[in-house]
Amino acid sequence: MCTTCGCSSNGATIDHHHAGHPYVARRRGAAAPAATAAPGAETGPGRTVDAAAASAVAASAAAHLRQVSIEQDLLARNDAEAAANRRAFAEAGVFALNLVSSPGSGKTTLLVKTIERLAGRIPVAVIEGDQQTSNDAERIRATGAPATQINTGKGCHLDARMVGDATASLPLARGGLLMIENVGNLVCPAAFDLGEAHKVVILSVTEGEDKPLKYPDMFRAADLMLLNKCDLLPYLQFDVDQAEACARRVNPDIRILRVSATSGLGMDEWVNWLAAGAAACGAAAPALEQA
Amino acid sequence: MHELSLAESAIALIEDAGRREHFHRVRVVRMEIGALSCVEPEALRFAFEAASRGTCAEGARVDILAIPGEGECAACGIRAAMETAYDLCPQCESRPLKVVRGTEMRVKDLDVE
Ligand SMILES: Nc1nc2c(ncn2[C@@H]2O[C@H](COP(=O)(O)OP(=O)(O)O)[C@@H](O)[C@H]2O)c(=O)[nH]1
Ligand SMILES: [Mg+2]
Ligand SMILES: [Zn+2]
Ligand SMILES: [Zn+2]
Ligand SMILES: [Zn+2]
Ligand SMILES: [Zn+2]
Repeated sequence: MCTTCGCSSNGATIDHHHAGHPYVARRRGAAAPAATAAPGAETGPGRTVDAAAASAVAASAAAHLRQVSIEQDLLARNDAEAAANRRAFAEAGVFALNLVSSPGSGKTTLLVKTIERLAGRIPVAVIEGDQQTSNDAERIRATGAPATQINTGKGCHLDARMVGDATASLPLARGGLLMIENVGNLVCPAAFDLGEAHKVVILSVTEGEDKPLKYPDMFRAADLMLLNKCDLLPYLQFDVDQAEACARRVNPDIRILRVSATSGLGMDEWVNWLAAGAAACGAAAPALEQA
Repeated sequence: MHELSLAESAIALIEDAGRREHFHRVRVVRMEIGALSCVEPEALRFAFEAASRGTCAEGARVDILAIPGEGECAACGIRAAMETAYDLCPQCESRPLKVVRGTEMRVKDLDVE
């Protein structure tokens, strides 16, 4: 547990833009000393145990065994922490999105361009997840938006606790946006709820059209797909219709926007979608106390 | 390797149970893993072995019960086995079946002493 602010996340480091103190990942509860004596291990050197005695030891060990029912989901803790985040976001009136994609599909570029378009209209706070470096958070901060970098180390996804810890040091504005850029990975971020309103999956046209079929969990978990880098279509043999059909094949309800972060194509529609979501969250939040 | 974080979650659940139920040693862990979940059973087993070191579950045998995928069609109501999470209804072939079984990732029970 971080002694400066109390934040903690297994195996991950969170760079607090307010502090920058080194954050030592909390390890699981201290291990109980292993009492590994297997049945029969009592037989020290120089002692012999006949078969009957050995089986008696085994029988008494078996007699000690009892069954304990657990019946709990492996994601139960994450889901509970995600639910807590979701409540906190609802109370703050912030529209939280979890951006997922393969590395390099353009998440950070999209965020930078989105923040530029929303400047002066809607406050945006960003959580950046990468295994290493705070380069992406720095790219966000260069726009003037507050950003916290989470480095997951060997971890390949963000979890709800990391996000809860990271939001503690971010301003969450009523009617604002919280954009969470997940670790570039189309597999496990699908399973780890962060408390977001929606997962937004970004597929770029330099990837394969059949990615939704190869990574169906992610495209099933997402409510919106941004097909990014559409400015490159004239130079590629990428079948947009086929890519969209693959996405709809795994998720018939998915909404799809064709965009280019760099040329601005489709960005108005994306930004309008964000603005509508943020306004709805702001309006639904409990009334602010009048000072 | 999300199996490692899932294994760590399993151990956290087990350690909680150990405090609640006063056991200090786990011999067998039974888990249910659905065929449509994101878990590779062998990867989970391997991750569990690594993550359980120094805990009450160190050295425990991990039994993984595979749960087959099954879905239901929202249109015609038919139930059918699923190979992927987006299999179409075998009868009306319109929409993917709604998954009703096969995404489980649970710790079921333990043998402890
Ligand atoms: N042509 C083109 N390149 C883009 C677009 N969006 C991002 N890129 C480039 O793709 C590369 C990876 O982008 P980045 O935002 O770092 O991807 P991330 O790993 O998903 O965050 C960079 O070189 C970007 O300039 C786009 O819309 N069009
Ligand atoms: Mg990035
Ligand atoms: Zn801290
Ligand atoms: Zn992961
Ligand atoms: Zn993974
Ligand atoms: Zn049907």
